[in-house]
Amino acid sequence: MVKKKRGVKRSAKDIVFDVAVYTVLIVLFVLLAYPLVYVVSASVTTASDVLTGKMWLYPTSFTLSAYGKIFAYKEIWVGFANSVFYVVVGTAVSLFFTFTAAYPLSRKDFMLRGFIMKVYTVTLFFGGGIVPYFLLVKGLGMYNSRLSLIIPSAVSVWNIILVRTYFLTNIPDDLLDAARVDGCGNVRFFLQFALPLSAPIIAVMIMYYAVAKWNGYFDALIFLNDSSKYPLQLTLRTLLVNSQMELMTGGGIGGSNLIDQLNAMEAMKYGVIVIASIPMIVLCTATQKYFQKGIMVGSLKG
Amino acid sequence: MQRTKRRELNKKGYFSRLKRDLVRNKGLYLLSLPTFVFVIIFMYVPMVGILLAFKNYNSVLGIFGSPWIGFDNFKAFFEYYYFKEVLLNTVKVSLFSLLFGFPLPIVLALLLNSIKGRFKKVFQIVSYIPNFLSTVVVVAMLLAFLNPTSGIVNTIIKAFGGEAKDFITDPDWFIPVFVISGVWQSIGWSTVIYTSALSGVDTQLYDAAKIDGASKFQTMIHIDFPTILPTVIVSLILAVGGIMSVAFEKVYLLQNELNTSASEVISTYVYKMGLINFDYGFGTAVGLFNSVINFVLCLLVNFVAKKVSGYSIW
Repeated sequence: MVKKKRGVKRSAKDIVFDVAVYTVLIVLFVLLAYPLVYVVSASVTTASDVLTGKMWLYPTSFTLSAYGKIFAYKEIWVGFANSVFYVVVGTAVSLFFTFTAAYPLSRKDFMLRGFIMKVYTVTLFFGGGIVPYFLLVKGLGMYNSRLSLIIPSAVSVWNIILVRTYFLTNIPDDLLDAARVDGCGNVRFFLQFALPLSAPIIAVMIMYYAVAKWNGYFDALIFLNDSSKYPLQLTLRTLLVNSQMELMTGGGIGGSNLIDQLNAMEAMKYGVIVIASIPMIVLCTATQKYFQKGIMVGSLKG
Repeated sequence: MQRTKRRELNKKGYFSRLKRDLVRNKGLYLLSLPTFVFVIIFMYVPMVGILLAFKNYNSVLGIFGSPWIGFDNFKAFFEYYYFKEVLLNTVKVSLFSLLFGFPLPIVLALLLNSIKGRFKKVFQIVSYIPNFLSTVVVVAMLLAFLNPTSGIVNTIIKAFGGEAKDFITDPDWFIPVFVISGVWQSIGWSTVIYTSALSGVDTQLYDAAKIDGASKFQTMIHIDFPTILPTVIVSLILAVGGIMSVAFEKVYLLQNELNTSASEVISTYVYKMGLINFDYGFGTAVGLFNSVINFVLCLLVNFVAKKVSGYSIW
């Protein structure tokens, strides 16, 4: 940061620079924030005001009917509950794999360190593609099972490397030596010393995995058949995207079923968007203070 | 004394050293085991499945029993009527995303670094939010905003006397819609990595620059930018390496019968052929074609970056 001393005259050039920077940032801020503000406003405004374009920034009328309707829409809550389950269990499983794998890789005296790193790194640049992946998961009996959204995607090698780098730079060797003198074994050292010193990276990992689980729909699309197991995103895809697409391309105009669904969705789509997004925005805000410290570490040594 | 000890160890074979390490670092092996097994099963076993690309897959005969057909699956893909179109779409979508999505966060991070105070904090938090919205939500927003009759974008266009456009179904608008919304989603979050790098600048450099009478703009160009350059290059290598792996989720959601001439990319094609039409061999072959190009691109960029700047990822 530039340390400005009070009373020191700023040069004319710097004033021009500041004005230019602020102008650009303010314009950008409006562009970034506008869609968000619009969605929130639209979710509490009557559908007719939204559809006619009367509402364009702040709510021109106030109604909570969208949220009332969503509350009564069972499919959305089934999806919501499923997603909460996938996120909580899936993130826990992912954290287990990621941290247990990362710690040994941060230990310079671990003989297989280089070999295992190579084995892991290869997967970042080469893979079998989705068809063999699909057949494998199916072959393991996970097709149409809730496990298919938790196990196959549990490990991200990127995240292991990130956590490893964190351990490498934040757990002092002296600490390990001292603990060893006291007869502390490797597993105990990992649990009792390394993990408690890793709050920022744990927070970042929780956020990365949880956001990926909450927001993704691809695994559910290829592995799940049974709509009672659908995560929220797949339900929303049917409700918010597929029906709109059909309407726009003129595909399903005749179906009264579609029209009914569209009319119902029209009144509550912005509310649905808000409800589907709140959990991750809350999580992001809660972990925000750890971002810089947690994300920085892996960035250079990748 | 330690040196002689180590030399002795080197003399012994690899396996006896491994045995020693296994006893000494038993815990580390224990910790490594679950994930190692996981990676072998879920990442290496599918690589064996690549054999499918050279076979005429028959579910009764299985992967190993199905007859070999050489490169027929690849030939079929290269001779596919829309092969060029799909390939070109893939490259175009990625290239334009990279062209706009890559430099903008760097500029934004530099600009944000030159200000401080409340506005900066608020700006950062608001700019992160789109990154945490799901693809489905972002596409639902796009469909709502770009609706030809009721969408706010067309309302604004009409208010200024323009004509409403069918952004979603017009193939010409597919890439602009995809790229612009992509920048909106990622620009804020992508600055985090650069902002962190910038926080590591030695403040003495700023003081020295000030004494030399450097303007704020000069400080940005001559101190801030060189500081983040290594981070920029590593990110660029990774981004170019992923050029052929277009985000399936968003493309697939934005796709409709009317815009496939612009929106059919390799990943959506693989999904349709492999998993919807159950043509496993063909799907694997197309996927493999994609992975190989990716891999080669990655090696290439890494090589060039190393030559030009001295930075590389391995």
